[in-house]
Amino acid sequence: MRALARIVAEADGRGGTRLARLRGEPPLQLRHTPDGSGAATVHLIGSAAGPLGGDDLRIEIEVGAGAVLCVRTVAASIALPGRDGSRSRVSVTAAVAGGGELRWLPEQLVAAAGCHHLALSTVELAEGARLLWREELICGRHGEQPGDAVISTSVNYGGAPLLRQSLTVGPATPGWDGPAVLGGSRATGSLLHVDPAAAPGGPEVLGPTAVRLPLSGPATLVSATADDAHRLRGFLER
Amino acid sequence: MHSTAYLLLADGRFPSGGHAHSSGLEAAVAAGRVTDLAGLESFLHGRLSYAAPVTAAFTAATHLTASRLGRAPSHTHSDNKVPFLTLDAELEARTVSPALRLASRRQGRALLRAGRLTWPSELYAYLPKHPDGPHQPLALGVTTAAAGLSTEESAHIAAYGVLTGPASAAVRLLGLDPYQVQNLLARLAGACDEIAASAAAVAHKSPEELPAHAAPLADISAEIHATWEVRLFAS
Repeated sequence: MRALARIVAEADGRGGTRLARLRGEPPLQLRHTPDGSGAATVHLIGSAAGPLGGDDLRIEIEVGAGAVLCVRTVAASIALPGRDGSRSRVSVTAAVAGGGELRWLPEQLVAAAGCHHLALSTVELAEGARLLWREELICGRHGEQPGDAVISTSVNYGGAPLLRQSLTVGPATPGWDGPAVLGGSRATGSLLHVDPAAAPGGPEVLGPTAVRLPLSGPATLVSATADDAHRLRGFLER
Repeated sequence: MHSTAYLLLADGRFPSGGHAHSSGLEAAVAAGRVTDLAGLESFLHGRLSYAAPVTAAFTAATHLTASRLGRAPSHTHSDNKVPFLTLDAELEARTVSPALRLASRRQGRALLRAGRLTWPSELYAYLPKHPDGPHQPLALGVTTAAAGLSTEESAHIAAYGVLTGPASAAVRLLGLDPYQVQNLLARLAGACDEIAASAAAVAHKSPEELPAHAAPLADISAEIHATWEVRLFAS
C-alpha cells in the first residue's frame, strides 16, 4: 500500500491551535481528539495491519509559529514481512516554525520476525522551535526473534545538524543484540527534547541502562534499553 | 602496495593516545556483559557493525577533502575550512554522549600532536578549533592526507583502530590469552576490510548522508563509566 497523510497546524490567534489541514488515506487515518488544552492532538489510526513489506507510507507535518501539535497513535505498529520479501517504509517529514511545538509521541514499533522495515524521519526545526520526539522499538513479538529494522532520525535546528541517528536491529547486522549494542535487551528507545528556553544541564544516569544526554545544541536525549516495552516507557515518559 | 607510512599510523605504538581508551569495553566488563572470549567476539562484531562505519566514513571523507585541498594551489582562503566545519558538525550530531564526544576530541588532539610532528603539513590548520581538540576521525583524516596515504588506506586504519583498541584492552581487563585474541582479530579481518571499503566508497558523499549508526549501550555505558571515580581506561 502507498499512502500519504498530511497535518498542518497553525496558531488560531486565541492562544490555541487549529488544524488548517488534516488529511489521511487508508491505512493512515487521522482523528482530531480535542483535549481542552491549547494544543491540537491528532491520533493516527492504522486501519490495516502493518506496515507490511512493500508498504510505502508517508506522513507530512507542518507546525506554524505559536501552534502546538501532539501526534499519537492508538496502538503499537507491527512491522510484518511482505509476501515477496520487499521492504516496508514509513517516512515522516516534519517542519516546525520558531515558537511552534511538535510532540511526536507514538506507541511502539514492533519488528516482527522476518520483517524488512525502514522508518525514516526528518525534522526541520526553525530557531526557537520546540520538539518532543519519542521512538521505541521492540525486537520481535513475544518469544520470537525480530526481522531487520532500521529507524533513522535526522533533526536540524536553525539549519544546523542537531541529531543524526540510525538504529539497526535484526539478523542481517552482526552483533546487533550483543554487549556493545543492546546487551540482549528486547526494547530500546529514545526521547528527544528540544527546548531553546530550557537551562542546559549535565548528563544524568537514570538507571543501569538509561541516561539523559545533553546534545550539542538546545536539546537533551534520553536513551534507554530495557527488557520490555513497559520498563522502557518508564524511562521515556514525560 | 601499502606504504611504510600506512604501517606507522596503524601501529598501536604510534603515540596517538589510543591505548588509554577501551571503547566501552571496560564498562561492558564491569556490567558483566563481557566475561570471556565469546563475549569479546560479540562485542567486537557490534563495534564493527555500528562504530566502525561511522568512524571510517568520516575519516575517509576528511581525507578526501584534505587531499583535494593539498593538490589545489596553496592559499589560505577561509572558505577552505567550511567542509571541515560541516564534517565536524555532522559527526557531533552523531555522537550523542558527551563522554564520547570528549573521548573523541581528546584522542583527536593527541593524534594531531603526533601527526603534526611526524608529517608536517599546512593541512592541519584547516581543522576546526575546539578547546578539547578536533574529533578523532577528522584528525585521522587530515593526518593520513598529510602522510600521503589513499582514502582507502585512511578508512582502513580507522576501521582497524575500532577493533584493536578494545581487543588489547580485553587482554588487560579479562586476562584473556593474547594468542586467542589475535586469532579472533584474524577471523574478523574480512569483515573489517569490507567495512573499510564501504566507508571509502561513500567518502565523496555530502557529510549529511554519511552513516549514522547508533549503538544504545555504547552511549549509555560511556556516561555511566564517566561517573566512576577509579577506572583503568579513559573511555
